[in-house]
Amino acid sequence: MTLLEASHLGIRFGGLLALEDFSLSVPEDGLYGLIGPNGAGKTTVFNIITGFLRPSEGRLAFNGQSILGMPPHRITSLGIARTFQNIRLFSGLSVLDNVLAGFHCRDRATWMEAVARLPRHRREERQNQAEGLALLHEVGLTEVAAEEAGKLPYGSQRRLEIARALATRPRLLLLDEPAAGLNPQETQDLMAFLKEIKERRHLTLLVIEHNLRLVMGICQHLTVLDYGLSIAAGPPAEVRENVAVIKAYLGGGPEA
Amino acid sequence: MLLAAERWAGEYQVRLLNNMAIFITLAVSYNLINGVCGQLHLGPNAFITLGAYTAALLTMTPAEKALNFIITPLIWPLSQISVSFPVALLAAGLVAAAFAYVTGFPVFRVRGDYLAIVTLGFGEVVRIAANNLQGLTNGPLGLKGLQPYTNLWWSWGVAVFTLAVVTALVKSGYGRAMQAIREDETAARAMGVNTFRHLLLAYVLSAFFFGVGGGLLAHLITTISPSLFTFFLTFNLLIIIVVGGLGSTSGAVLAAILFTGAGEWLRAVEEPHVLFGHAIPGVPGLRMVIFSLLMLLVILFFRQGLLGRREFSWDACARVVKRGLSR
Repeated sequence: MTLLEASHLGIRFGGLLALEDFSLSVPEDGLYGLIGPNGAGKTTVFNIITGFLRPSEGRLAFNGQSILGMPPHRITSLGIARTFQNIRLFSGLSVLDNVLAGFHCRDRATWMEAVARLPRHRREERQNQAEGLALLHEVGLTEVAAEEAGKLPYGSQRRLEIARALATRPRLLLLDEPAAGLNPQETQDLMAFLKEIKERRHLTLLVIEHNLRLVMGICQHLTVLDYGLSIAAGPPAEVRENVAVIKAYLGGGPEA
Repeated sequence: MLLAAERWAGEYQVRLLNNMAIFITLAVSYNLINGVCGQLHLGPNAFITLGAYTAALLTMTPAEKALNFIITPLIWPLSQISVSFPVALLAAGLVAAAFAYVTGFPVFRVRGDYLAIVTLGFGEVVRIAANNLQGLTNGPLGLKGLQPYTNLWWSWGVAVFTLAVVTALVKSGYGRAMQAIREDETAARAMGVNTFRHLLLAYVLSAFFFGVGGGLLAHLITTISPSLFTFFLTFNLLIIIVVGGLGSTSGAVLAAILFTGAGEWLRAVEEPHVLFGHAIPGVPGLRMVIFSLLMLLVILFFRQGLLGRREFSWDACARVVKRGLSR
């Protein structure tokens, strides 16, 4: 079954055509990759899916429901979570609080219940605390739960950002260059980790990545963007041989 | 403690304690929107004004009102109404909260410097309205002869209530979401936080307590006029929460006590006295100089304010004492 269906999306920033006629269909339980050179429009696609940008044309449906024009927080509560290309943690808060902030969108208690410390709120807080610690254990950050998030080493910050996104209990997780700035060993670990959480949580993943080894290694399907146009789509082995893709990555005009 | 204070403290001390309590109320609620949510809101004086006038107009008897409004009579239903102090305080809070709710929609369309300017603007609008709506506020003449209803029970009761509400809110998921907005609004939205709703909640709730605080202030001073609630009041509150540590509720309490206290305790330095054999005549205004120096020292040596973003807890105190002993 198709989880995310984008058809003919287009967006323009002034005179710049950032994305044109972009279509993508992500089946449930898939591991999809979105690749392309710098400035191709990959992050723009993410920003449209998560509601941060509104496309000028096209349709967008999640789980059969149109999410076009919905604010980001609504889309998140429907089950789409994301990470950012340049890590955006709540740096001044503790590692645990970062994850707990992700749980808040599932809380049912009103602010008045919270102020009066009524049972429903207390139960939710207890649950969140326990689940937050379990989640930190899952990503291996238990030891630093009380540390300030901004003081963690880079690799841990990446993992914390994924953990925070998982806290919103997504069905679809969008990862924007998760391996950026990681060394080969860390990238290996990340690949294993992504496969693991995908299996355990029945997640569907859509990954933007520059590291071709990573995407070729774990993705079942790739879409290649260049200058706002999707120039190829298919299984990794097929995409690798595609002339247009090679041209986009290695350069060369039409006559070359 | 309050009982003891009421029985033995002189009028001056009681006045000081009342002032402290009101400033705690104001500073703690200001810290909610400014420190916890990280929005530079510069209009608390508007809500304090609204609260003060609402409470005053509701508690005055029709006869007192007639005595005050000599140029333009007070508009009809208000001229006849007179309610008890607690009801008036509640109404003061609600009027301020309602004004916050209405202004919240334009205010939270912008962020940062622009939000500061918009809220500052609303503050001025209220002050100018208070100056010119003769039939409602008696204009620049103000309201005189209010009953001094504000006593230690009311002022400290409200302060403790405010503290309890704000602390509980900040500790909950709502407070965490507000802090998330302060740290990175884009990320907070991506984590499913409805930023507008959370900011509006903090803004309206703080306005409610500003209103109640204004009502208490009016019945403490017993004379109010538009010139009492200028931007200077907002500025003082801003100093308090910055010195206490933006985002720290206990810091706001500590700084409110120091701020209201220091202004009085430093009066001693203005009196003439003898130092190392030299007679020094009293210098009026010297306490303000010293006060400014103290502020500079705090800013130099406590960049994050006295408590930073930490909160006071007995555990933390015990840790500090233990560390000191083991050294």
